[in-house]
Amino acid sequence: MTNEALQNLINSWIPELEFTEEGSQFLNISVKPEQLHQLMSQLKSNTETSFDYLFCVTGMDWGKELGVIYHLESTTHRHIIVVKVQTEDRENPTFDTVSNIWKTADFHEREVFDFFGIKFNNHPNLKRLFLTDEWEGFPLRKDYVDEINMVIK
Amino acid sequence: MNITLSITTTIYKFLSEYMSEGAANIGAMVTIALIYLAIFAVAGLYLVLLERKVAAWFQLRIGPNRVGPWGLLQTMADALKLVSKELTGTVKADKFLYNLAPYFVIISSLMALAVFPFTQEFQAFDINIGIFFLIAISSIGVIGILLGGWASNNKFALIGAMRSGVQTISYELSVGLSLVTMVLLTGTLQLSEIIEVQKNGWLIIQGHFPAIIAFMIYMIAGTAETNRAPFDMVEAESELGAGFHTEYSGMKFAYFFLAEFINMFIIAAIAATIFFGGWLSPFGITESIPWLGIFWFLGKTFVLVFLMMWFRWTFPRLRVDQLLTLEWKYLLPLNLLNIVLMALIVWLGLTIQL
Amino acid sequence: MDTNIANSNLKSEDYFINMGPQHPATHGVLRLLLTIDGEIIKKVEPDLGYIHRSIEKMCERDSYQQIVHLTDRMDYLSSHINNEAVCLTVENALQLEVPERVKFVRTIIGELTRIASHCLWWGVMGMDIGALTTYFYGFRDREMINDIFEETCGARLTMNYNIPGGLMFDIHPNFVKRTKDFVAHFKTKIPEYDKLLTGNVIFQKRMKGVGILSKEDAISFGASGPVARGSGYSCDVRKYHSYSALDKVTFNEALKTEGDSLARYEIRIQEMWESLSIIEQLIDNIPEGEHKVATNAVIKLPKGEFYQKVETARGELGVFINSTGTKNPYRLKFRSPGFSNLSLLNHIAVGGKIGDLVASMATLDLVIPDIDR
Repeated sequence: MTNEALQNLINSWIPELEFTEEGSQFLNISVKPEQLHQLMSQLKSNTETSFDYLFCVTGMDWGKELGVIYHLESTTHRHIIVVKVQTEDRENPTFDTVSNIWKTADFHEREVFDFFGIKFNNHPNLKRLFLTDEWEGFPLRKDYVDEINMVIK
Repeated sequence: MNITLSITTTIYKFLSEYMSEGAANIGAMVTIALIYLAIFAVAGLYLVLLERKVAAWFQLRIGPNRVGPWGLLQTMADALKLVSKELTGTVKADKFLYNLAPYFVIISSLMALAVFPFTQEFQAFDINIGIFFLIAISSIGVIGILLGGWASNNKFALIGAMRSGVQTISYELSVGLSLVTMVLLTGTLQLSEIIEVQKNGWLIIQGHFPAIIAFMIYMIAGTAETNRAPFDMVEAESELGAGFHTEYSGMKFAYFFLAEFINMFIIAAIAATIFFGGWLSPFGITESIPWLGIFWFLGKTFVLVFLMMWFRWTFPRLRVDQLLTLEWKYLLPLNLLNIVLMALIVWLGLTIQL
Repeated sequence: MDTNIANSNLKSEDYFINMGPQHPATHGVLRLLLTIDGEIIKKVEPDLGYIHRSIEKMCERDSYQQIVHLTDRMDYLSSHINNEAVCLTVENALQLEVPERVKFVRTIIGELTRIASHCLWWGVMGMDIGALTTYFYGFRDREMINDIFEETCGARLTMNYNIPGGLMFDIHPNFVKRTKDFVAHFKTKIPEYDKLLTGNVIFQKRMKGVGILSKEDAISFGASGPVARGSGYSCDVRKYHSYSALDKVTFNEALKTEGDSLARYEIRIQEMWESLSIIEQLIDNIPEGEHKVATNAVIKLPKGEFYQKVETARGELGVFINSTGTKNPYRLKFRSPGFSNLSLLNHIAVGGKIGDLVASMATLDLVIPDIDR
């Protein structure tokens, strides 16, 4: 399916989505946190989109907002889409988990939690994956400071 | 050339000139024990070297070649290193059993050596229940492994020990039954007499078909008895780290290691004695030179030792349930059938006598 | 029988085993927390981070040329392909067209890297299930590839041969001849591998029906590479998102539907044949020309997001770059194949024996620095 057709179809499910293709080779969708899980499960289950392969989950710190970028691919239609979700709450950022839709999200969300401190509701096993449990702070955030271990040029 | 090799009587006679009969008896035993200990400790080391050379040969390598000519002193150096190493242990280990375990293993394997007839006269201890004694002694070693695995307070070691228990109990049956099959032919358990019987042809020829089956079962079960690949469930490096001897170091580890190689020698030596005529030369070609028997005995043994090394360096390891399936579902029924077959052959007189 | 014990009212404690971080079968510093019932695995929980260097954070402060050098410390067995992934991302972002010669050489070396990686995997896989001799056979052939690499770029493992815009130097004059020699040599050696290990009865029994992964699960777990293809999920990036000179060759994607350890094993053996065929198609036709195009000394990517997938020996490696137009990436994410493949270990190992866990883990072909990054 072309990006345009995808955009029209997905827009018919949930009205308030933002679509853009600017600065990216894929179609980007920005979704509000409360609509994330609904959109994702529809992207997976709808036979016309059937995005069954979640190949990349990236935590992002845009400076002001924190967010997650999901790269999805369909193994039947071979089209790719990017879903972005963000929140301005830096103290307690929380999104719904998609690990009940794609099993791979279990590990990837733990990685995002580990490095960005983004929590995922209903995640079965949300705890640090790489760092130790007593680690303070979230290293991949832009405001993370560690004067001993980090070399700044 | 007339070398007397009946060592027991020679030493006894020599000692009894100087002391009373009882003291000479004990003195003779101690002397022989010391001689055997010295010979087989060194022989064990050279078996390790042989294994490493064979492994290197299989693996496109050269193997040990730095210490001494052709690396001949390599394992000696290793042994020296092990002697000088610190004996470490876990804090909450059961100290008594932990220290006892290696001695169980090494002593049981050294004891078994006593009954082998290396030539007609070179035999320390010729008892009339020879084979029975060998089977009994070789089962004691597993107690050492169980103790070691249990007492070292390590989870991997415990799993290794339990596997060892399961494995040895199972394969003990096949070893015993395949030897019983051969005893039907000889009618005696005494090793020297078993060899006498084979002057009419090695037992593997006398017993032809069932004897060959018994030999194959014996070699499989014997390899499993010694806990060597493909049956090295007990150590299973890639699964359990080092298995039951994970927590042993220095000389205690060396005892386990040496015992494995001496056990391998014993398994091969039993096979050589029972199936291939022990020290008898093929077609009696060197019958007039009795001391050459030791050459034939060791020659046959090392061919079988090589066979076991060949197994080790080519086969992958079995899984623990497959190991038990092989024994209880295949080898054991086959073995029982084989005994009946052998009994029929002996009863009907279908054996081959050269 | 096991289920009866589990369901009965007998009270028993779980038996925990800490497999790793120093364990022969985990190939590095992976730690697995096993819950077992006798020999049977009840749960596998990986604990990562023992070799985590935070490469993604380091990338945020480095220039694009420097980033390339960090990538071959991830999956060090496919170092060339990792380098290529970053270079392709940067080149695509700059819309830089590299010479044909570069594309050919990149693909040839990439496939050689794949063979080398599979050789090492084959040797180590044999060791994991107890066949110790395979290791040396695998290394013998891998050594020839490493020698070719050494002659061309001076490094044997972490190559750093790619730079954004092309290759660091031109290929060595002997490269073509030696590669051809290797292809001829290796064609006689893969049957030897089969003879030593594949046909062995014990091996077959250990692998068949062990660690079964269905196609649906493979997709859901984000599996890629030989692991996914062993479950019948056609996912070769080289086919679907072709890059470098891969559009100029024809090759078959190895596929099997059994989804067990044996299928994953056979896929990798098959892939070695396919890689040989790709090399043969390219090696005689390397076009003459420059080995790089000039780029600015300081590369600044345009504002935007860039994603590039490549097929490493382990599966799909993704590079995601978010650039704000400066000389450093604002955010750089590596989607490593091993990380997703590891996440399905619990799924395929539960219910099997300890030996099965080791066998399944061996066929996942995990490289821990690739998972930890």
